[in-house]
Amino acid sequence: MKNLDSVLAAYLAGWAIFFLYYVSIARRMNALREEIERLKSSLHRSK
Amino acid sequence: MLKTILGAAILFVLIAFTAYLAFHYAPVEKSMGIIQKIFYLHLPSALSSFVAFGVCFYANLMYVFKRQPKWDWLGVSAAEVGLAFISVVLVTGPIWAHPVWGIWWTWDARLTLTFVLWLLYISYLLLRSMLEEPDKRALFSALFGIFAFLDVPLVYFSIRWWRTQHPQPVILGGPGSGLDPRMRVSYLLVWAAFTGLLVLLLNGRYKLEALRASMEELRREAEVQ
Repeated sequence: MKNLDSVLAAYLAGWAIFFLYYVSIARRMNALREEIERLKSSLHRSK
Repeated sequence: MLKTILGAAILFVLIAFTAYLAFHYAPVEKSMGIIQKIFYLHLPSALSSFVAFGVCFYANLMYVFKRQPKWDWLGVSAAEVGLAFISVVLVTGPIWAHPVWGIWWTWDARLTLTFVLWLLYISYLLLRSMLEEPDKRALFSALFGIFAFLDVPLVYFSIRWWRTQHPQPVILGGPGSGLDPRMRVSYLLVWAAFTGLLVLLLNGRYKLEALRASMEELRREAEVQ
C-alpha cells in the first residue's frame, strides 16, 4: 500500500513523543520524591 | 508506582483504540489515500495543544490577579503539556505533507505561525529556568505566557484569513467542507481519547510541580538551619 510507511512513521513518532514525555514526568517525580525524603531526614537529624 | 503503571496502561489502550478507529472503521480518503490516516493523530494533537495553551493562558491571568502559587503550577504544567502536543503536530505534519505536496515544509502562514507557537512556549520554559526567585519567576512567566497565547488564534484563523499551502478547514469550514460520517465519528472519538490523554498528562505534570514547590520549601528550611 502506497505511503503506508509514512503513516506508520508518523504514528510511531507521535506516540513516541507522548510516551517519552510521560516517562519523563514519572522519572522527575521519582527524583523529587527521593530528594524530599533526603531533605526531610536531614532536617530531622539536625533538630 | 501503581498510578504510573495504571497511567501507562491507559496510554496503551488509547493507542490501540486510536489505531483501530483510524485504520479499520474510518474509510480511506479518495484523493490522498492511506496517508490521510495521519489526520487522526495530527488534528486532535493540534486541538489538544490549543486547549492546553488556553488552560495556560487562564492560569497565567489568574496568577497575575491572585498571586497564588497553584496558578503558577497549572500554568507551567499546561505549557509543557501543550508543547508535547504541538511537537507531535510539527513532526506528523511534514510526514503527511511530503507525499501530498512533494515538500516537507513551506513557510506559509499556518506552518510558520505554528512553528512560532512552538518557539514561544519553549521560550516560556527557558525563561522559567533562568529565574531562581519563585515569585519573580511566576510573575514574569505569567506575563510572557499571556503574550505567547496571542499566537493561538492567529494559528487557528490563519487558513481562513490568508491563502496557504495548508488545506482549508474540514471541520467548521463552511460550505463544501465536512467529513464522511464514519470519519467524523472516528475523529470525534479519537479527540475524546486525546482529551483523556491531555487530562492524564496535565494531572501528572501538576502533581510534579506541586512536589517541586514542597521540595523548594524544604530546601529553604534546611538552609535556615
